[in-house]
Amino acid sequence: MSAPAQVKALNCPSCGAPLTIRAFEHTLSAVCGNCLSILDTKDPNLQVLQQFKAREGVQPRIPLGTRGKLRGDVYEVVGYQERTITVDDVPYFWSEYLLFNPYKGFRYLTEYQGHWNDVATLRNLPQVDTRGPRPVATLLGEKYYHFQTASATTTYVLGEFPWRVRVGDIAEVRDFVSPPRMLSQEGTEGETVWSLGEYMTGARVWEAFGLPGSPPEAVGVFASQPSPYKGSAKGVWLLCLFLLVALLAVAQAFLAFSRQEQVFRGNYSFSPRSGGEASFVTEVFELKGRPSSVEVGVNTDLANNWAYFRLALINGDTGQAYDFGREVSYYYGRDSDGAWTEGRANDRAVIPTVPAGRYYLRVEPEMDAGASPVRYELTVRRDVPYMGWFWMAAGLLLVPPAFKSLRSVGFERRRWQESDYAGSSSGSGDDE
Amino acid sequence: MSQPTANCPNCGALIQFRWSSAVQTTCGFCRSILVRRDVDLERVGVVADLPPDSSPIQIATEGVYRNRAFLVVGRILYEYEEGGWNEWHVVFNDGASGWLSDAQAEYAVSFLTAQPGLPAADQLRPRRRLVLNGVEYEVTSLTQARYRGVEGELPFAYWDKEAVLFADLRTADARFATIDYSESEPLLFVGEAVAFDELHLKNLRQFEGWS
Repeated sequence: MSAPAQVKALNCPSCGAPLTIRAFEHTLSAVCGNCLSILDTKDPNLQVLQQFKAREGVQPRIPLGTRGKLRGDVYEVVGYQERTITVDDVPYFWSEYLLFNPYKGFRYLTEYQGHWNDVATLRNLPQVDTRGPRPVATLLGEKYYHFQTASATTTYVLGEFPWRVRVGDIAEVRDFVSPPRMLSQEGTEGETVWSLGEYMTGARVWEAFGLPGSPPEAVGVFASQPSPYKGSAKGVWLLCLFLLVALLAVAQAFLAFSRQEQVFRGNYSFSPRSGGEASFVTEVFELKGRPSSVEVGVNTDLANNWAYFRLALINGDTGQAYDFGREVSYYYGRDSDGAWTEGRANDRAVIPTVPAGRYYLRVEPEMDAGASPVRYELTVRRDVPYMGWFWMAAGLLLVPPAFKSLRSVGFERRRWQESDYAGSSSGSGDDE
Repeated sequence: MSQPTANCPNCGALIQFRWSSAVQTTCGFCRSILVRRDVDLERVGVVADLPPDSSPIQIATEGVYRNRAFLVVGRILYEYEEGGWNEWHVVFNDGASGWLSDAQAEYAVSFLTAQPGLPAADQLRPRRRLVLNGVEYEVTSLTQARYRGVEGELPFAYWDKEAVLFADLRTADARFATIDYSESEPLLFVGEAVAFDELHLKNLRQFEGWS
């Protein structure tokens, strides 16, 4: 039986400051926070591997030694490093917190501008397909799209590590995303290591580690950040579809229950050459029942001719008038392509929601002065189906999901702006 | 399972075997390395001081792998450039033996598997693909390790090694294989990477400040 493992306390050989070793014998190197010496903890004399300079006042947001609970297990922060990539001469750095549990091993928390990821090395080997324009990594049936390949340089270290860490270490990092998850492949000469990260909000990190105050505000959109619009746009589209079906059912019911009763019919003719006052009023007819639609139809014998009918439906008792007009034109002929026609010799207008009462039509036809006379029939039907409201409602219903989808596409654009594919369309099945 | 006993030829202490098929064991008192020759034990060397390590597993740890209970009876400790790892020798209720490796608390269970025609060590390099027993593996690392010591019962005599080359291979579905190039014929161990919780380990080592 092995004795319980003890936490070790050391003194920096360089400056004498005390150090605590938290990850037992796993630790191969530790950093003296006082003089920034990296010590070989397997060496009996704690040989200094490297001494580095750093910008002033680097303060990990989660202090070394803090314990927190991730996925049901307690982990302790034992190491901290900053790694930097340079894109177009601009350095970007992120923080990596090394977490340790003596039974569960090591995992990482990474932070970039307020975006956090919970990262663990993988037991499975993802399969990478580089045939397409954008490499795709598959892990357990899930596709991850290549986001970025970069050379990451370690620029600051604190605490302890189960490897011999040095400032200036360079690793090639390839990231693939399938929000909220991110696959990362890190290669040094002899070995490639895959890890899987899952996006975490700062609030959840603060809660998991019991940190005081509030987490730093997240800036921009992170590669693995789940889109707040993705699921919701889908949901709203589904709801919209459901409402459209319901709307269609209501429209069908209206159609079925419409009386479509003819209440007036009259035959007239108009000759523009005869001159004089063309306008006249029809005899009175009665509209009955609840307020509902009225259809006025114009059927003409126009042939290669046009006529304009200025119309008004007038309530004989109250004088209320519904003014409208209809232009009817019908042309036909034959040319090198064969017979052709344009327009129709009849038209109709629907006036929604007309109350009951005694009504008549005022009619005023207009034609070219030299045109041949036209004969026409006017019909009035009560309670016909009016579909205008249906199309308006359907259009309104489409507004929220279309808006959501636009937001979603915008979010994905901002995500991929930070990738190696900025400028190209995101086109990877992410913008639903 | 019968529990054979013997006396240490060096110090006379009682040696109680946990596994009847053990070929090698160590004396818990005088730290002699003992190899079984028929019914007798031969002292072939002395265990060097094992470097301190922090595996949560120890001799007599119990666990379960694929619904079969196992007991940890021995180990081989290796070191390489970036640390060390343990190959814990585990025996199952039915007498079968296997290996539970623990490298910085990343665990894998594997079994010695006969496989003629393994590639020579100099033919391997990371990312090369290799089909073993009909399964395609990818070489993930080549590790030049140093044999660092043994403890407890092993299925073969293993005590005078020095440098050992290992090739680790993995698959998309967490299968794991190691080729051990320490013998004239390379040895293949096939198994899978496992999560700590899957093994339901009991009788683990204690760590100060952790319960």
